[in-house]
This record gives sequence, C-alpha cells and structure tokens, in this order.
Amino acid sequence: MELDFSRQLHFFWALLPEIILCVWGMAVLVAGVSGRHRKGAATEGGDPSFGGAADLGWLALAGVLLAGMANGWLYGVDEVGRDSMVALDGFRLFANWIFLVAAALSILVSFTYVYRQRLQAGEFFGLILLSTAGMMFMAGSRDLIVVFLGLEVMSIAVYALTAFNRRDRKSAEAGLKYFLLGAFSTGFFLYGIALLYGATGSTNVAEIGRVVASGTAPAALLTAGIAFLTVGFGFKVSAVPFHMWTPDVYEGAPAPVTAFMSAAVKAAAFIAFMRVFMVALDGAYDSWYPIVWWLAAVTMVIANVIALVQSNVKRMLAYSSIAHAGYLLVAVTASNETAAAAMLFYLLVYTVMNIGAFAVVISVAHQGEERLQVEDYAGFGWAQPAMGVVFTVFLLSLAGFPGTGGFMGKIYLLQGAADAQLWYLSVVLVLTTIASYWYYLRLAWFMWMKRQISDDQHDLVIVPLPMRVALMVAAVVVIYTGIFPAPALEFARSSVEGLGALSGSMLGLGQ
Amino acid sequence: MITESLVLSAILFVIGTFGVLVRRNAIIMFLCIELQLNAVNLSLVAFSRMWGIEGQLFVFFVMTVAAAEAAVGLAIIISIFRHYETVNVDSFNLLKW
Repeated sequence: MELDFSRQLHFFWALLPEIILCVWGMAVLVAGVSGRHRKGAATEGGDPSFGGAADLGWLALAGVLLAGMANGWLYGVDEVGRDSMVALDGFRLFANWIFLVAAALSILVSFTYVYRQRLQAGEFFGLILLSTAGMMFMAGSRDLIVVFLGLEVMSIAVYALTAFNRRDRKSAEAGLKYFLLGAFSTGFFLYGIALLYGATGSTNVAEIGRVVASGTAPAALLTAGIAFLTVGFGFKVSAVPFHMWTPDVYEGAPAPVTAFMSAAVKAAAFIAFMRVFMVALDGAYDSWYPIVWWLAAVTMVIANVIALVQSNVKRMLAYSSIAHAGYLLVAVTASNETAAAAMLFYLLVYTVMNIGAFAVVISVAHQGEERLQVEDYAGFGWAQPAMGVVFTVFLLSLAGFPGTGGFMGKIYLLQGAADAQLWYLSVVLVLTTIASYWYYLRLAWFMWMKRQISDDQHDLVIVPLPMRVALMVAAVVVIYTGIFPAPALEFARSSVEGLGALSGSMLGLGQ
Repeated sequence: MITESLVLSAILFVIGTFGVLVRRNAIIMFLCIELQLNAVNLSLVAFSRMWGIEGQLFVFFVMTVAAAEAAVGLAIIISIFRHYETVNVDSFNLLKW
C-alpha cells in the first residue's frame, strides 16, 4: 500500500498506532471509572500475589499489543515524497517499538504497585497509554508543530502520573516541580520553534533543512532559535545544566512512573532531538555542534561524579539516567547515520535495563517506598537469588560490562563518535563509564558481599507473575543484545537509512 | 511593525523568565510561564505577516496546549496545597528543591 498525504484518509492509516493508543487509553479510563471495576477493586481484587488491578492492566496491555501490530503493519506501507507532516520511515517505526516496549514493561511492573498503593488503576494505565501516544507523535513527526503537540501530550500525561499518588507528599511535590520546570522548558522550546519559523518561513523539518542548507536564513534568528531549542530539549532529556529537576522528580514520583519516565520520555525527547537537529539543522552544524559537545561532556562528567555519593537507590538511578543522557548526547553531537543507529540501539537496551532495574527497586521498596537505601540491599542476592542475579545483570549492563547490551551500545556510540572524529568526547565517554562502575558495583557488592541486617529483611519482597514476566523479558533482551548484537544493530542500521541524507537529496532537487 | 512586535515579544518573554526564576508563589510562577507562551504567540503572529498563515495556525495549537497545561497544573497545585496549606515553593522541602 502506498500513502499519499494529499488525501486526508491516508493520515488516518499513517497514524494508526497512535490512534489505537489514544482510543484505547480513553477506553481504559472509562473502564476504570465504571462501577463494576470500582467495586471490584475494593472487594474481590485482593490477591496481592497477582495484583488487584490486573484486569485493567491486561486491558491496557492489549492496547499496547494492538498498537504494536499496527506498527508492524506500517512496515509494509510506503509514502509518496519524504517531507510530509507524518514520517513513515524506519526511524519512527523503530522508535515506536521502543515506546511500546517501555509502556508494556511499565504496565507489567505496576500491577501490584497500583493495587498496594490503592491508586486508581484506570486512570493510571490510561495515562500511560496516552503519554505513549504523545511520544509516538513526537518521534514520528516531520513538522515542528506536531513535535510540540506530541511533546505536550506526553508531558501533561506524565505530570499527572508523577503527582499520581495523592496521599504521598513527595509525589505531589515531585509533580509540582516537574510541572513547573517542564512548562518552563516548554516555553523555551516553543520560542525556539517560533524563531526557526521566523528564520526559515516553515515549520516543516525537511523544508527548514533546505532553507538552512541554502544559507539564506538570517543568522541571528537561526542561532537564537537553535539555542532555545537546545535548552528545551536539554530540559527534556535532562542534560546538565538543565538537570536540576531530575533527581528530585525521579525520587518523588511513584516508582513505576519513574521507570517509565526515565526510559520512555527520555527516548522520545532524544529521537525528536536527533531528527530535528540532524535533518532540519544539518546545514547549521557548525553553530550548534560546540553547544551540544559541551552539553554532552559536562553531563557525562557531572552526573557520574554526583552519582558516586548517592545513598538512595532511586536517586542514584536518577543520576545514572542523567549520565546516560550524556552518552546519548554524544550520538547527537556526532549526528551521522552510524550514530543515529547506535542511538536507537542504545535507547532500546537502556529502556529494558532501566525499567528492569526499577522493577527490582519497586519490589524491594515494598509497601510505601520506604526501603530505598543502599543498605536495604545488604544480602539481597543470597536471600532472593533469582532477583539478585537479574538485578546484577541490569546493573552490569547499565555500567557497560562486556557481555551485556549496555556494553555493545556504548561500543556503537563510540563508533558513531569516531566516524565524526569526536576523539575527546570519546575519551570522556570511556573515562566516565569506568568511573560509573564504582556506584553500580557498590550496589552489587552490598547485594552479594554484605550480611543481611536482620534475618527476615528480604522475606517481604513479593514478586508477582506480571513482574516476573517483565524481569525475564528485560534480562533476556539485555543478555541477548550483549552476546548477539548483530540482528538488533542491523535492524537499527536499516531503520536510519536515508534519515540524514534527506535534506541533502531534497536540496539537490531544489537546486 | 514586525520588528516592534518581535521586540515586545522578546521583552515579555524575558519578564516571564525572570518571573519564574524570582517569584516563589507556585501560581505566580505558573502565570509567568503563561506569559512566556503568549510572548511566543505574539512573535508567531508577527512572523506570519512575513511568511503566511502557518504561524497563526500554530498560535491556536499553543493556546489549546496552554489550556490543557493549566488544567493539569492547577490540579497539581491544589493537590500540593492539601498537603502543605501553602503554595510557596520554598516550603516544599522533602526533596532537595
């Protein structure tokens, strides 16, 4: 099938996964407030080993599955031309897989959490689906208007999710903080778009790319627009110095939301970052390359240094996620196809290993998220061997040990950096990675080498079936991509084909 | 005409930015963010005198998004007011603000 965007109906087909998620998200919302479920949650859904919110959770998962099928179907569809509002390239479809995996894993790990914390399951799962739809819009668009809309659909849903636990002060505080700083950054992002529009006369990424490459755009407007856009994206991907909100929000938000946020929101922001800067602003590479270079370097160094001294595991993982934003910024700085493929690969691995690590944190934290210190993990490995082993796998992968997906991801990032001859940045990446071993391994050390504080310390850790499934899937993906990275990388390579060449070839046609 | 509008929009944006950084009342901070968004709207309208209708269309999207953001934002502010009986961000100190 071939889609021609001069016909309205074809937008519907091109946006099928997003539409399914939106409709499904609203259906889950409605199902959540319908009387049957409300009563059910109070009386019968009391099986904590499985999670009382199970039916709505499975319903939401079915929606993710359907959207995944629609996404797979889109592979058989071609588009006419390469500058329509909705992209139909492999880059978007690969990104959609990342978001769907993140949503599915987050839903699986939150079954019991939602039940134990007595959260409204319908709204919780509905918001996850809706924000996933926003991410897809953001990553799959070639128009800055739609990128902005997607960003907001995603962010507004995530603001609400962050403040979701109304009984918890920390959650409300994190929600307010995320909301204020997120909206603040949106202002910058929007101003950047407006200035780019003023400089080039278009909001279409391909069109902007053509004008920028031709050099007719007024330099002052263009530079200011790029600077504001960088600030906006910097906030969303939590790059230093725009990272102040990250540790607090990640610590205060409900743990499954933190898992979802640190993986999927970051992935969406990075995909859009890459598409806008690589396609639209490729002609102005010299003016934004130093900014992003410094962002990447500073983010890697500072985040890893601060992470060294964290004693709260959630906060430590927050700084680790900032550090990973730094590694991924190296790919944005390199801005070539190798780096884009490496970024997709790394984002996929990062999503599964990060959500996996948070899943273990959710289990250990128990009822009210009270056990989050490193000491709470003392002897955990011997008390709960299966969980200990998978957690160690995730930690090693986050650190980037050979044999795990995280290691291969870093190798490919380095390859992309080498293609762009970013030698200093590569050195910083390697050195900070080595430094990061300390804080990941410290946790593993506590798990395996320390004695339990009391004998029954880890008896309360309950791992229900859905979370077991999520942990298994995540661990298998991390190990598989570590040992056999070729298929996933090949897939990522073919997904980015033609992405960066877009503006160049269009320029050739235009002249 | 365009230059004046752009300068005014830049001034409004700067006022909004400073407001967020200086003021400590969550609602005033939120209003300053709205001021930023509307400053951007002004420059979009100004630019669209130069480039055609697209900028004005964008303004409608921005207004809609701002309304949605206000709904969620005020809800969050209410929920934090229930805990603290204040909306002064300096008094929220569980997380190192």
